[in-house]
Amino acid sequence: AFLLTFLSAIIMLIFICFCVHFQNTAGQFFSSGHTNNWAVLVCTSRFWFNYRHVANTLSVYRSVKRLGIPDSHIVLMLADDMACNHRNPKPATVFSHRNMELNVYGDDVEVDYRGYEVTVENFLRVLTGRLPPSTPRSKRLLSDDRSNILIYLTGHGGNGFLKFQDSEEISNVELADAFEQMWQKRRYNELLFIIDTCQGASMYERFYSPNIMALASSQVGEDSLSHQPDLAIGVHLMDRYTFYLLEFLEDIHPASKSNMNDLFKVCPKSQCVSTPGHRTDLFLRDPGSVLITDFFGSVRKVEITMEAIHLTDPILQLEDGPMSEEVQEKTYSYVDQLPVSEIIHQKPKQKDWHPPDGFILGLWTLILLVFFKTYGIKHLKHIF
Amino acid sequence: MHSYFWLLIGRWEATEVDEAALGDSAADKLGVRASDTFVLTPTPQPKDDFQEELVIRPLHSGDIYASFQFRTLWETDFMRENKVSHYRLFPKSLGQVISKFSVRELHISFTQGYWRTMQWGQPFLPSPPGAELWVWFQDSVTDVDAAWKELTNVLSGIFCASLNFIDSTNTVQPSASFKPLGIVNETDHRFLRYATLPREIVCTENLTPWKKLLPCGSKAGLAVLLKSEKLFHSSFFSQTVHIRPVCQDRECKTTSWELRQTLNVVFDLHTSGQGKREWSLFKMFSRTLTEACPLASSSKIYIDVTDNPQEEYFELSPATPLLSQAVVLGDRRTFSVYDLTQQVTFGTVRSLNLLIRWKSTEGDMLRPLLHAERYVAGYGLQTGEIHTVMYNNHPFRSFPVLLLDSVPWYLRLYIHTLTVTSKGKDNTPSYIHYQPSKDRMRPHLLEMLVQLPPHSVTEVTVQFERALLKWTEYTPDPNHGFYVGSSVISALVPSSVAMDTNITQEQPLFSSFFPCKEESSYFVRVYTEPLLVNLPTPDFSMPYNVICLTCTVVAVGYGSLYNLLTRSFQIEEPNPRLAKKIANFIRRIRGVPLLS
Repeated sequence: AFLLTFLSAIIMLIFICFCVHFQNTAGQFFSSGHTNNWAVLVCTSRFWFNYRHVANTLSVYRSVKRLGIPDSHIVLMLADDMACNHRNPKPATVFSHRNMELNVYGDDVEVDYRGYEVTVENFLRVLTGRLPPSTPRSKRLLSDDRSNILIYLTGHGGNGFLKFQDSEEISNVELADAFEQMWQKRRYNELLFIIDTCQGASMYERFYSPNIMALASSQVGEDSLSHQPDLAIGVHLMDRYTFYLLEFLEDIHPASKSNMNDLFKVCPKSQCVSTPGHRTDLFLRDPGSVLITDFFGSVRKVEITMEAIHLTDPILQLEDGPMSEEVQEKTYSYVDQLPVSEIIHQKPKQKDWHPPDGFILGLWTLILLVFFKTYGIKHLKHIF
Repeated sequence: MHSYFWLLIGRWEATEVDEAALGDSAADKLGVRASDTFVLTPTPQPKDDFQEELVIRPLHSGDIYASFQFRTLWETDFMRENKVSHYRLFPKSLGQVISKFSVRELHISFTQGYWRTMQWGQPFLPSPPGAELWVWFQDSVTDVDAAWKELTNVLSGIFCASLNFIDSTNTVQPSASFKPLGIVNETDHRFLRYATLPREIVCTENLTPWKKLLPCGSKAGLAVLLKSEKLFHSSFFSQTVHIRPVCQDRECKTTSWELRQTLNVVFDLHTSGQGKREWSLFKMFSRTLTEACPLASSSKIYIDVTDNPQEEYFELSPATPLLSQAVVLGDRRTFSVYDLTQQVTFGTVRSLNLLIRWKSTEGDMLRPLLHAERYVAGYGLQTGEIHTVMYNNHPFRSFPVLLLDSVPWYLRLYIHTLTVTSKGKDNTPSYIHYQPSKDRMRPHLLEMLVQLPPHSVTEVTVQFERALLKWTEYTPDPNHGFYVGSSVISALVPSSVAMDTNITQEQPLFSSFFPCKEESSYFVRVYTEPLLVNLPTPDFSMPYNVICLTCTVVAVGYGSLYNLLTRSFQIEEPNPRLAKKIANFIRRIRGVPLLS
């Protein structure tokens, strides 16, 4: 009898633990508080030898798309075109692994800002939302206060700045101010900032807005190094930090439970040669409770309801009104593509007003006539 | 009178309006009615129609030219008050663009590579390198420039291209070229805008949204062949979108909107063909065809076999009994036709892989009658000369051509040095329209109607001077150079074969793009190469160098002078050596006077 009660107590205990665990996971599922995900991925380098920066950005793009964020929620900025560059021996491809194992460019890519459009001004306008009214939706960051945004920057940088396209720079102060503008306009719920440049940690030193977590590939005073060259393509394909980040993300799937602490462990000094850094003091939640898919994926929350929903009657398609039943008397025709006679006799429309022909001549004649009338005709011999 | 009628699916009308009868019939559309007589109209013609075709033309140099044409016809009115809301085959994004900006015609093309007319002949649809956009607006538009600016921004979002760089510095308003290709009442060139971006790159990110505009996407029909890895590994790639109103039938009392998407690609013998003169669908596109697009009313493949009447030069497999003739580009060509809507085309293996294998490499190429080149002459970074050379290869006929040149403002043209010479003699154009440029606002526009004598070379030269740009106006890579857009030459070339002026006869799509008004000539547009000119580029590191140098000079020169003038000197006791220090210390303890 004692054994029986003991066993039943143990079973009860296990059951209670299981319930609590279930509640915990369910609670965790709803703990992040965001409803949509956005990503802003920027490559700031131009020229063929900076192939690796484009490959970095495209590999993050690929992972983010694979985990569920749609193209309409990704703002991809590539400063130069590597895939269809004439130096590329395999056009329409950008590889991340040696021996051309993985084509991160793919078949279904949508680049929103490309070439000369990738400037500091456009980047800051995208972040703060202050774009001209005619900007199309695919080029806007339409986030709200329940959006989790992933921002990834790569390129050449230094202590406190990041170089855009070899002609301008963005400083860490400007970036921090842009994030503060975003916070004050309630444009994000939580922000994850990843930067893969030399001395990347200097870029997140100046942040002061809440709910920002930042990762960088190297500390101040260190250089981020590139991973491996491909002999057929002739350039370095990826940077080390993003290479190991890509390897880490390839293991993540939409239901994965990995959290940020695993992300901080990506690329230790033995693999990366530089020391990756991170900053979490501005972030309100504990990084151990933040899932990777909170930023890299687009996990939607589903609300289950038991109520019955009443559907309305089916909507009938509105028939077009009787399409001009009356017989059209007008016959249309195509235009002559090169109407030579019409062109030759075409009078060019003058937009600026010119005095009528002969006006100046008539004016001078009038002046001369008046002069000779007043002073007599004998002065005429001085003219001729 | 009772009679049974089978009701077809679709609209039907009652001769006598009978409330009760109508109420009943609405309820059971498919049932058999046995009461009042009803006039049954047959299934109404579907309002929209989609056709796809692929034309493959083997070129004389061993390359192969493939042209895809997708056409959607839709009978609707975008300009009426209540907006169109039900889109089926016509893509919604383009329909909204047309109605919002009151566009009458829209032509946009993205091209990578340059079309080599002398080696490849004339293309079915010409396009210049880079991006080109020309639009005819409706008469009801009051501010054409504002509509143009917004339209370019919207299109840059749709096609993922940087079309937002089109602004007043590269937009022109041609006065005689680019007449509308569709139905129109009258042509007022105030509503026409033309711009070209020769620097624009075309890659998969432009092909992806283009493919999404097709009704079947890239999942069925001919569009499954469009794989970017093969398409961009080619000598020439061009994708275009053309929207215009067209006649519906021969009487042309009603118009419908036509959307044509074309894709032209030329595969090179050595890079894609591995040197072997044998082409197949799999070799070109790395795919074969398994079915036609279910939404298409016609889906055909045409292979140009005019040069191969007895199969002595190349062999085509699988064989097909269908042959068709069409007059295209002034020549009567014969085509072998594969109809993909018939199951028999796919054979027992359920897939179609056309194979063209060459047996011998003889054969002459038809020399194109009109051909043009352009280059920059001169030396140094101050002045230069633009030469446009036009070749008329017809042995005895002369014909007029309209030359359109749009040169950016930073190349200051001197129009008084403009010369047009043919066969060494002066050739005065019968029409010249020149609009001078305004710095940073407007480019040069030069349009000339020149008569090309038979079998001659006409050269147009104009001198220019390069301007200095402000240092913020340079691109991030200024040493690459600056592009000048292609010249456009529009001409009515005499045709050796009578052209078909009947616009609505069943013609293959590729031969019915340019409307034909007379039988003896056909309209053709030739684009020259874009030019790449170097502008005098400053050394962008100079501001930094100057600051460093000035600060150093000021610090060293003035600083030392200031120190000399204001520093005062004091005599200082030298520090005693260590031994003396210890001795003094011991003496101090002893109370004895210290050493000096």
